[in-house]
Amino acid sequence: MDLATTYLGLNLRSPLVPSASPLSQSADNIKRMEDAGAAAVVLPSLFEEQLIGESLELEYHLSHTSNLSAEALSYFPEASTYRLGPDEYLKHISDAKKSVGIPVIGSLNGTTAGGWTGFAKQMEQAGADALELNVYYIPTDLALDGAAVEQTYVDILKVVKASVSIPVAVKLSPFFSNMGNMARRLDEAGADGLVLFNRFYQPDIDLDALEVKPNIILSTPQAMRLPLRWIAILYGQIGASLAATSGIHQSHDVLKMLMAGASITQVCSVLLMKGIEHLKVLEQGLIEWMEVNEYESVKQMQGSMSQKNVANPSAFERAQYTKALQTYVVD
Amino acid sequence: MKKTIIDGNEAVAYVAYRVNEVIAIYPITPSSNMGEWADQWASEGVKNIWGTVPSVVEMQSEGGAAGAVHGALQTGSLSTTFTASQGLLLMIPNMYKISGELTSAVFHVAARSLAAQALSIFGDHSDVMGTRSTGWALLSSGSVQEAMDFALISEAATLESRVPFLHFFDGFRTSHEVSTIDLLSDETIKAMVDDNLVTAHRARALSPDHPVMRGTAQNPDVYFQAREACNPFYRKCPAITQKAMDRFAELTGRQYKLYEYHGPADAERVIVVMGSGNETVDETAQYLAAQGEKVGVLMVRLFRPFDVQAFVEAFPKTTRAIAVLDRTKEPGSAGEPMYLDAVNAFQEAADEGFSAPAVRPRIIGGRYGLSSKEFTPAMVKAVYDELTKDKPKNHFTIGINDDVTHTSLEYDESFSIEPASVVRAMFFGLGADGTVGANKNSIKIIGKYTDNFAQGYFVYDSKKSGAMTVSHLRFGPKPIRAPYLVAQANFVACHQPIFIERYDMLKDLAPGGTFLLNTPFGPDEAWDSLPRPMQEQLIAKKAKFYVIDAISVAHDAGMGRRINTVMQTCFFAISGVLERGKAIDAINRSIRDTYGRKGEEVVRMNLEAVDKSLAHLHEVKVPEAATSSVQFLPPVPMSSPSFVREVTGEIIAGHGDLLPVSAMPIDGTFPTGTTQYEKRNIALEIPIWDSKTCIQCGKCAFVCPHASIRMKAYDAALLDGAPAEFRSTDARAAEWKGQKFTLQVAPEDCTGCGVCVDVCPAKNKSETRLKAINMEPQMPLRDRERANWDFFQSIPEVDRRTLKNTVIRQQQVQQPLFEFSGACEGCGETPYVKLVSQLFGDRAVVANATGCSSIYGGNLPTTPWAKNAEGRGPAWSNSLFEDNAEFGMGFRLSVDKQKEFAEQLVQRVATKVGEDLATAILTAEQNDEADIYEQRSRVAALKTKLEALPDADAKRLLPLADMLVKKSVWIIGGDGWAYDIGFGGLDHVLASGRNVNVLVLDTEVYSNTGGQMSKSTPRGAVAKFAAGGKPAGKKDLGMIAMSYGTVYVASVAMGAKDEHTLKAFLEAEAYNGPSLIIAYSHCIAHGIDMKTGLQNHKAAVNSGNWLLYRYNPGKATQGQNPLSLDSAPPKMPVGEYMYMQNRFKMLTKTKPEDAQRLLAEAQEDVNSRYRLYEQLAARGAETASSNGSSNGDGA
Repeated sequence: MDLATTYLGLNLRSPLVPSASPLSQSADNIKRMEDAGAAAVVLPSLFEEQLIGESLELEYHLSHTSNLSAEALSYFPEASTYRLGPDEYLKHISDAKKSVGIPVIGSLNGTTAGGWTGFAKQMEQAGADALELNVYYIPTDLALDGAAVEQTYVDILKVVKASVSIPVAVKLSPFFSNMGNMARRLDEAGADGLVLFNRFYQPDIDLDALEVKPNIILSTPQAMRLPLRWIAILYGQIGASLAATSGIHQSHDVLKMLMAGASITQVCSVLLMKGIEHLKVLEQGLIEWMEVNEYESVKQMQGSMSQKNVANPSAFERAQYTKALQTYVVD
Repeated sequence: MKKTIIDGNEAVAYVAYRVNEVIAIYPITPSSNMGEWADQWASEGVKNIWGTVPSVVEMQSEGGAAGAVHGALQTGSLSTTFTASQGLLLMIPNMYKISGELTSAVFHVAARSLAAQALSIFGDHSDVMGTRSTGWALLSSGSVQEAMDFALISEAATLESRVPFLHFFDGFRTSHEVSTIDLLSDETIKAMVDDNLVTAHRARALSPDHPVMRGTAQNPDVYFQAREACNPFYRKCPAITQKAMDRFAELTGRQYKLYEYHGPADAERVIVVMGSGNETVDETAQYLAAQGEKVGVLMVRLFRPFDVQAFVEAFPKTTRAIAVLDRTKEPGSAGEPMYLDAVNAFQEAADEGFSAPAVRPRIIGGRYGLSSKEFTPAMVKAVYDELTKDKPKNHFTIGINDDVTHTSLEYDESFSIEPASVVRAMFFGLGADGTVGANKNSIKIIGKYTDNFAQGYFVYDSKKSGAMTVSHLRFGPKPIRAPYLVAQANFVACHQPIFIERYDMLKDLAPGGTFLLNTPFGPDEAWDSLPRPMQEQLIAKKAKFYVIDAISVAHDAGMGRRINTVMQTCFFAISGVLERGKAIDAINRSIRDTYGRKGEEVVRMNLEAVDKSLAHLHEVKVPEAATSSVQFLPPVPMSSPSFVREVTGEIIAGHGDLLPVSAMPIDGTFPTGTTQYEKRNIALEIPIWDSKTCIQCGKCAFVCPHASIRMKAYDAALLDGAPAEFRSTDARAAEWKGQKFTLQVAPEDCTGCGVCVDVCPAKNKSETRLKAINMEPQMPLRDRERANWDFFQSIPEVDRRTLKNTVIRQQQVQQPLFEFSGACEGCGETPYVKLVSQLFGDRAVVANATGCSSIYGGNLPTTPWAKNAEGRGPAWSNSLFEDNAEFGMGFRLSVDKQKEFAEQLVQRVATKVGEDLATAILTAEQNDEADIYEQRSRVAALKTKLEALPDADAKRLLPLADMLVKKSVWIIGGDGWAYDIGFGGLDHVLASGRNVNVLVLDTEVYSNTGGQMSKSTPRGAVAKFAAGGKPAGKKDLGMIAMSYGTVYVASVAMGAKDEHTLKAFLEAEAYNGPSLIIAYSHCIAHGIDMKTGLQNHKAAVNSGNWLLYRYNPGKATQGQNPLSLDSAPPKMPVGEYMYMQNRFKMLTKTKPEDAQRLLAEAQEDVNSRYRLYEQLAARGAETASSNGSSNGDGA
């Protein structure tokens, strides 16, 4: 069975790619992913903000407690060097490259223009095969209009593209007035791929403590409907390759995304729940379905159920909403 | 020759590290930094001159370090250690051995006072003088340069002479002075250390390949002769030392002499001095000689072996009068040691016909500079002047006013020899604001970018929170030889606006000098914000006045309260030490050098601060006349007791140097409860109570490290006359039904740590960011809350008999008898100490090991241990670091003996005082507050009767009668004491079965001396002496104690389960046998936000890193398992806890691979330890108690 696909210009043996998650923090896990059939791996995001935070935190603890009293001029031994920059992350990329043959995709979340470009370049030099820009951005400034937010995405992409020669994908949220237009703008700005969609962790309220708590909830299969729709709409309309992520738990989900037009499917929650080796199950399920239904290759089905190629394109549009409600049967 | 700018400790360690192979260390102020340097270099792989990295090993005490060095020497290594004061005393037994075996070795000592009437961390020669009979050569250096040079000379001399050398230099004055010096090159060091002598040293070593034995026992027939066999070596030692000095001079151009005379060849008056005083006397003598006075100085370098001939022959033949200055005190002696040596030398010179002054000089001796007391040119001049008298005063003191035995010489304080070419600057800052660090940096900049020589010396006050630092800087074209504080400063900077109402900072400003003030007031308002005395001085001195709002600038640059870079920039911009543009460029480069390795953002913030500083620096024109009507604040209220006003207040105001001998307690006895008079007002924000939201749980009061939050329930009628804004609400507890309740903050004593707010569980229902207690700016609330606090104080304390002390909300109403200490903001130790004082303070006697708790508990000027309205409260003492358990056991033995005797006497006088009263006294159980109250009443009645009785037994009983009321003995200290240096004694005391209560304030590190590793330090934590993360796990002290089966043991963490802590303290005290409470104490040395300290307790317990348990032997006697494991199985990974703290996290930034491995090992530690405790707690009682039976009656 030919599972091969192309994503960001990279030839991959299958459409199954573990997405950026804590799982790919460990070199052992990355090897296990390759062994379980992963076609590529996206590393966890390097957060520039976190690097800055750690450096400030270290400086605070070292300097804030120095020269406090005659007996204690300091409380910590000072080291001649600190590994504060992205060194650990870059080493992780190069270690991963050494230990596996599949493409390794670095993921980056910057806070400054210099951070975006600097770290992107360093990731490229460390051996990353491609970059995923994780523009995790929640505009809370009510004075900021939508155009400015959109421009931020485009600007970031442009500066990064100008600084590296490896392919660059943008992982973005669905929260744009016109998602399709945004996708086109990014495509025009040079995006090699779009990853749909970033799942923002939404806050929760702890009633006992009366505190807002970040509460990480793993994706559910229902979450795949949103990327499914947009991939189906975008397929064939933009040049960038499309990666589906969110709610992909079973091989049927993979099939649906491929048919909608995804080049690859990124999986995370299901691996967190069932283990890295579950990739094998997904692949096996994919093969079995394709065999039963007499498909020869993944490429054959890619985009087959996109808006462009389905019998009823309006099924992906808003009109369907009314219909869906009207036909809903209460048990 | 390469110039460098370093302090004395680093200078010495630099050499010692290069010429040794085994370095055994133990922290003690002011020598700790030498060990820290050695450890750091070893962890970085720096090699010695033979190309190998020395082994640097921390021991459990200085005694242990000396033993390890002795062993290393005996087996052929070159070995050294660094120490001071009590640490040196602990090395004395080994020192006799090392010298008796004629072993080449050098110890480096930052000379420090010994604990006598009080401990002092500061410098004098008392410790070194205590070793003068050990057979060690004593070589003294008097400056940072000399300290480096003599470290090498002593090494060369010991190898050749085989006499071990103690190289010493003045603690703080030299050890901590930052100075420009020539750095010795490795070539010079190699040239001084003869490899043949090293080989000879190795050849003498113990080896099974050519075995010998040393350390035999000798008998009356030969011991004496054998003791004399070393004489030839001692005779040769001075010449060998001089030879090493001469060789050193050939290599470096710096010539030293064993006894070095400086001055005119025809001097008549000579001062003999040793240590940093050398330079002060020398510079003063030169100044006076230039004016025609015939004065000189004889610097003693080699004090032992004392070369009488060389000493005497060093004096000019014209010498008529000699003053020998000793920096030590030997009460009861015929004179201090160097004085006696001098007298003896001239006697022997006469007898032996040495080339001595023609006329035998008059010799007087005097004491100076104890505990880093200032020793200035003015004092030197007074001594020279004294020598002009026909009958100069012998056994004098200089630098103090001895109005009791009238030993002191008067001196003219205004006498100064400071040359105009030297720029002098003083900076008043807070410990936490970065002032000292900035000044050290400025010195480096000046050293690097100009040809100037620089000197920096830093004075800290005794507090750990809100401590004032005064930096004294000098810069000049020639080497600075002024080892005394700056006076007549050209530049004075006040880095904290709160100082202007308290300290007379301008008294040391030279006429025409510059004053820089950090103030929130702009250039137009700043003048009016100054107190009148400051205005008057600025006018009289025709000073320049600059202001900057450094807090705002630093804040805007993202640097919070760290105003170091801002103030440093201002200093360079206006002081003229360096051309302005060049200076700013240098600061910027220095920022990149200093902060580069900590990340670009840190660099950016500092660079931004430099730019912003210049834009916000303003000159204020000094008007013609003073306008202010404000005076300096009095240091203590005028209503304070006379001792507090006349002595304590003067110390607080910085006038302690002026207090005469008569003002001092003769035996180190001080009144308790004096912190209440020292209103430090260091909090920028204080917590304010919201009575409507409060649930009256008492948690905020429980955790308050400074006892600044108090609770009372009281009758509503008492509110008559309350200030209008005094807050009160209905008491919630059923027992206080109908009463009012108030929670009040002591606004001027609070340090603003915010721990109370963090721990408060009650939230405002409409605005959840608010709690029942919230931080608000102190300044606008100070007057209001002061009035509220005063009124609150007037409300009577709740009768202790009525309180349910097993629940925190009631127990916290008990009056703290430990309050307002100088501990760090948010200290994790003091809440436990306070709890002891609340529960048992009115009948407690406390033995306190040296460490943080003895410093915040007993460092002058004020004392936090307090008294209640009846005048009762904890009696407290600190003996030593190593003996605290034994010291406390002595309390117990003494109390028990006196009680026993008192009971016998009661029986003897029973018929006279009344059988009923006697029986009631003798049979009283005294198990709770009511019992104790009753017993106190009975004893009072007994005493009344005894006073009327004429017989001897009654008279004997009277002073002992109070012992009939139960006393609670507490032995308190940190983990450095309990796990390391005092462990042997602690173990013995726990095994003794005596009723003592041991409280270990476990910060898992030597906190007081700056964060060195102890055996309590957990695996993976970075600490001094464990820069690569502690490789071994934490010692399980509780398990060791439990193995006796007779010791009550509790492991508590108040932030994890406060009721558990309370329960453990009550059970421990109630247990009639030894008790050990190990209390998790978060600490500034953990690298945490101290406000959230208690969250670390919770995480420590939730991760299983810290277990909560109680082991009560009393339960075993009742057939139950004595061990209750009180914490649930770990529910979070240990890494989650560890990486809340910089001590663990920084390893991930220095050695990430090691951090990962140690994290995995730490997790395994936690898992296996929990399993073990779980098994022990689940065992049947019979098995559990089989390892020992209780001798106590249980809780």
